[in-house]
Amino acid sequence: MRTSRTGRAGQYAALLAYLVFLAFPFLWLVSTAFKPPRELARLHPTWIPEDPTLANFRQAFDEQPLLDAALNSLAAALGTAVIAVLLATPMAYVMARRRTRLARAATGWVVVSQAFPLVLVIIPLFLVLKNLRLIDSMTGLVMVYVVWALPFALWMLVGYVRAVPRELEEAAAVDGAGRLRTLVSVTAPLLAPGLVATALFAFVTAWNEFFFALVLLKTPEKQTLPVVLTHFIGAEGVADLGPLAAAAFLATLPSLVVFALIQRRITGGMLTGAVKS
Amino acid sequence: MRARLLWVLVLALLAAGCAGDADPDGPITLRFQSLAWQEESVQVNKELVAEWNATHPDVKVEYVQGSWDSVHDQLLTSFEGGEAPDIIHDASDDLADFAYGGYLADLSGLLPERLTKDIPPHSWETTTFGDGVYGVPFLQEPRVLIANADRLDEAGVRIPTPEHPWTWREFREVTDRLSGDGRYGVAWPLKEPVSVSLNLSLSAGGKLFHRGPDGKVTVRFEEGDAVMPRTVHDQVATDRSASPSTLGSGGSDTLPGFFGGRYAMVPLGFSYRQQIVQQAPEGFHWRVLPAPAGADGLTQGVSPQTLSIAEDSPHREEAAAFIDFLLRPRNMVRLALGDWMLPTGTEALKDPALHTTEHDWATGTALASRLRPAPAQSVRGYPEFKDKVATPAFQEYYSGAIGLAELRTRLERDGNLVLARYQR
Repeated sequence: MRTSRTGRAGQYAALLAYLVFLAFPFLWLVSTAFKPPRELARLHPTWIPEDPTLANFRQAFDEQPLLDAALNSLAAALGTAVIAVLLATPMAYVMARRRTRLARAATGWVVVSQAFPLVLVIIPLFLVLKNLRLIDSMTGLVMVYVVWALPFALWMLVGYVRAVPRELEEAAAVDGAGRLRTLVSVTAPLLAPGLVATALFAFVTAWNEFFFALVLLKTPEKQTLPVVLTHFIGAEGVADLGPLAAAAFLATLPSLVVFALIQRRITGGMLTGAVKS
Repeated sequence: MRARLLWVLVLALLAAGCAGDADPDGPITLRFQSLAWQEESVQVNKELVAEWNATHPDVKVEYVQGSWDSVHDQLLTSFEGGEAPDIIHDASDDLADFAYGGYLADLSGLLPERLTKDIPPHSWETTTFGDGVYGVPFLQEPRVLIANADRLDEAGVRIPTPEHPWTWREFREVTDRLSGDGRYGVAWPLKEPVSVSLNLSLSAGGKLFHRGPDGKVTVRFEEGDAVMPRTVHDQVATDRSASPSTLGSGGSDTLPGFFGGRYAMVPLGFSYRQQIVQQAPEGFHWRVLPAPAGADGLTQGVSPQTLSIAEDSPHREEAAAFIDFLLRPRNMVRLALGDWMLPTGTEALKDPALHTTEHDWATGTALASRLRPAPAQSVRGYPEFKDKVATPAFQEYYSGAIGLAELRTRLERDGNLVLARYQR
């Protein structure tokens, strides 16, 4: 079906408007991060700082241990991504390939579990981790993040596994490959975009997570970036806006970099041509 | 074999997270969770902790940075899990649930007489729940009018002082004179309208919450309660001397309009002066004025910042000694200057640094004796009353959507229904 020139222009206009809408908060954050205090409180603010300064970044680093917090966040996010993918892959394979009642019930439970509010689970979770002596520990935090990210990661991967044609696995079986060999040598490579997307989801979830980190980590040196960012906010929501924007800008960079590096692998359509129809 | 390897891995993972026990023969370690957030304030808190640690080798204090934004949830979870900090920085209006819940230590008898006597009884009222005292109130701030000095001078209005403040009627007349040509006499940042309304209504004798002989609290919206809300309503809806657009804003949101000359005055907390010093354009002249006075003068409600001790702390006496150190008059002054607030201690309040005309410290300090516990301080069920009844009712009234009679009906009828559930 061909789209008229006017229709296409409308589509582009809508896309542009959407992109502007998405980009606005980030661009405003960048602009704010480089503005001196007097420019922050102008009645008619400008997009481009008239007198750009790095003072907000200096102040942010002077006041709070941002670098340590970023490294903590990175450790938690990477650990979560790796473990979540390792655990989710075989589970998703079983759920996708075995159409049993149990698999369907598990899928349903996964979806329902996403609706649990954090406050519902945090106190029992805290007590369990305390008994395991995993409070104030990165290991405990990563375990929680993995458990929290796993349902959605599983749900994502099930879809990717189902997109891998069964015929390929059957062909591998005919050639004598066992189930594990088929999973590792045939299915997993075709799942690469899905694995990357799932890892990315788990990474970003852990990188941005605030509440569990706030509650579970007590030692200042172990706190993650989202927790440290709140230290720029005072009573009644008053904020030290410049340093907060500078720190928040730095906090968004890793996610952006990771997305930029792997977006092609997510959208590359690696399955194209895997099976001749 | 593989299964055994897996178990070894799992156990290693668990062991890696286990923190070692404290050395029983080593010094006591107290965790002090501070909510200080401004650069100077954080620095002063850390300096004081370092000074304590240098002189108390047997009791080491560990500074833990908390956040105002999330302190309630974080503390609640820590209390439930038995992992709360020993010394807790918070605000008095957040303590009621923790005090009644048995999470905080009763400080009666723990604190030295010097500190107990130094802080006035009306400040202690803010942290007294039932028969116990569950926090030391140490910093507080009045709500003041931050004014564009040039606009006031141009208009030739009388400048109010703590000795001779504006009445609410006079305030309305002044804002009327300061308005016109797209400019407003005042901008009320009323994102959280309930606490502001209740605290300022004390000046006119408004109490809203009335405790009966049986100890039960009922809501009665009387004439004194109506003075401040009616002034704001009329400024917005009748005189057009108050900006309607700032009613849903926080204090910081009004500053660009204030600096840009759109608003002549903004009612804000005393500590906002720090932001104004940082952000005001060069050549912008501002001054601090007392809030308008009613039949009860300059009285207004406050919820001071507090220091408490966790009930589960095994070292309460040491924690109390640290609080005593932190709140010695000179240290209390340092904390107050760092936060741009007022100390509660009478000795600290005498410090010359708090009586300078620079940044109008003297004006705020003169108001300290008129600060009283916020009316809702010890009312159980207040958070629900505030969120479900009072906030929407005040918002609608200030915007002109409902009248005073409807505001009264909603606060009394709906409010008493909410409070009754907590007092059965």
